[in-house]
Amino acid sequence: MLYIPCPHCGLRNETEFHYGAEAGVAYPDPNALADSDWAKYLHIRANPKGWLAERWVHFAGCGRWFNLWRNTVTHEIGPAYLPFTEQPKSPGNIGQEGQKV
Amino acid sequence: MTNTNDILAPGIIGRRRAAALPEQPPQLWKSVKRKKAYDIVIVGGGGHGLATAYYLAKNHGLTNIAVVEKGWLAGGNTARNTTIIRSNYLWDESASIYEHSLKLWETLEEDLGYEMFFSQRGVLTLAHSVSDVRSKKRNLYANALNGIDSEWLTPEEVKKLVPIINISEDVRYPVHGATYQPRGGIAKHDWVAWGYAKAASDLGVDIIQGTEVTGFDIRNNKVQGVHTSQGTIAAGKVGMVAAGHSSVLANLAGFPVPIQSRPLQALVSPLLEQVLNTVVMSGAVHVYVSQAHKGELVMGAGTDAFNSYAQRGGFHVIEHQLAAALELFPIFSRAQVLRTWGGIVDVCPDASPIIGLTPVENLFINAGWGTGGFKATPGSGWVMAHTIANGAPHELNKPFALDRFVTGHLIDEHGAAGVAH
Repeated sequence: MLYIPCPHCGLRNETEFHYGAEAGVAYPDPNALADSDWAKYLHIRANPKGWLAERWVHFAGCGRWFNLWRNTVTHEIGPAYLPFTEQPKSPGNIGQEGQKV
Repeated sequence: MTNTNDILAPGIIGRRRAAALPEQPPQLWKSVKRKKAYDIVIVGGGGHGLATAYYLAKNHGLTNIAVVEKGWLAGGNTARNTTIIRSNYLWDESASIYEHSLKLWETLEEDLGYEMFFSQRGVLTLAHSVSDVRSKKRNLYANALNGIDSEWLTPEEVKKLVPIINISEDVRYPVHGATYQPRGGIAKHDWVAWGYAKAASDLGVDIIQGTEVTGFDIRNNKVQGVHTSQGTIAAGKVGMVAAGHSSVLANLAGFPVPIQSRPLQALVSPLLEQVLNTVVMSGAVHVYVSQAHKGELVMGAGTDAFNSYAQRGGFHVIEHQLAAALELFPIFSRAQVLRTWGGIVDVCPDASPIIGLTPVENLFINAGWGTGGFKATPGSGWVMAHTIANGAPHELNKPFALDRFVTGHLIDEHGAAGVAH
């Protein structure tokens, strides 16, 4: 069970949240895109081995979406931040195979 | 092969079954000195990678092959799944490839000359609501059209097949019926991997463990080899068969894949008297359970909600799964959990695998089997071997190309399979 710091409600159990995968994926203009770029927007999300900035919604609390740095190997929790605000620095290297994360 | 010993008579106890396992020979596959170059390098020494190597050697006569594994042979998802085998998928594309796989399973022990305890004890998939019944029946009719054995059982018929199941209406998830695939079943996963490893090694395939692929040698968009923790290995062709780490490898090769890696957990009880002689699955309540050959109950839980490479999951997922399992099987309340573990599953947006070419020439991918890859081990290896040998996909894996996410021809098995894939 992760303990997740909701920016509005504080530290809560993971079971109060839903996951939203990679954060900060901007909605593109569908008319200005090639099919491959649209496919990328629809289906490709970051899946690093290491630190990932990701979205969560606190459905059993404030009901609001926020972003969170979390390590996908150690499950360490980094800083949480609100959408459309400046992203805090990654707590470590964005993990790649063979790199220390 | 249907192993008649596995039609379980009540009262046969686990210890006797354990004693029935044959002795292992001291060495199943050769320890080799790594060569500098191979015609084909397979990245990933799990069931699918080993099967790919075996069918490359057997079906295509290609034997200058190395299987490179970063850990130990079949130490990833091959060793961590709940060993359920079935082919009753909804869509024609899935039904075809999984049925091909099931047909291979039926003769695999003879083919490899190696016992795998493949046991066609049947797979029950429960329906718990009106909409569940509708979608399961739709699945059933689709299976009938595809020539896949599948039948509808009423709650009473389910009870007859599985006497320990609770079919009371007075529970949170009552049993409204089930589809049943009699040809489905289980196999002993380690033995499957060892069988493929032995057969591949006998045909001249080199199995190299403890060697992690850290990059690809790609020149002019053509793969020339792999960089590993033990040095570079030149290769004419490379197949990536790395399950949960497929995104990491694809990134190293410079192209993205629509895969998210999630923990999926399972658990076993201690050895018990035989109480369950078929496989019971319920996508709706996240239960899938069988009783393995020695007598332990093997249960699968759901995936954790988030991306992870940690090979462990949250205990609340296990609790949630067991709560549902206890309602279905009240007798399990007296069993203990012996061990829980997690594997990292590679999930595609449509819950179907990716098998085929990549944007890099001579580099092939077999990934995205998500929560249900074990059953596909033989079929997956078969079509991947064909794809690598011919540089073009087999008829069965054509629909599972990476470019389906651009064309929009997705093979959506989420509704049919749920998490209990």
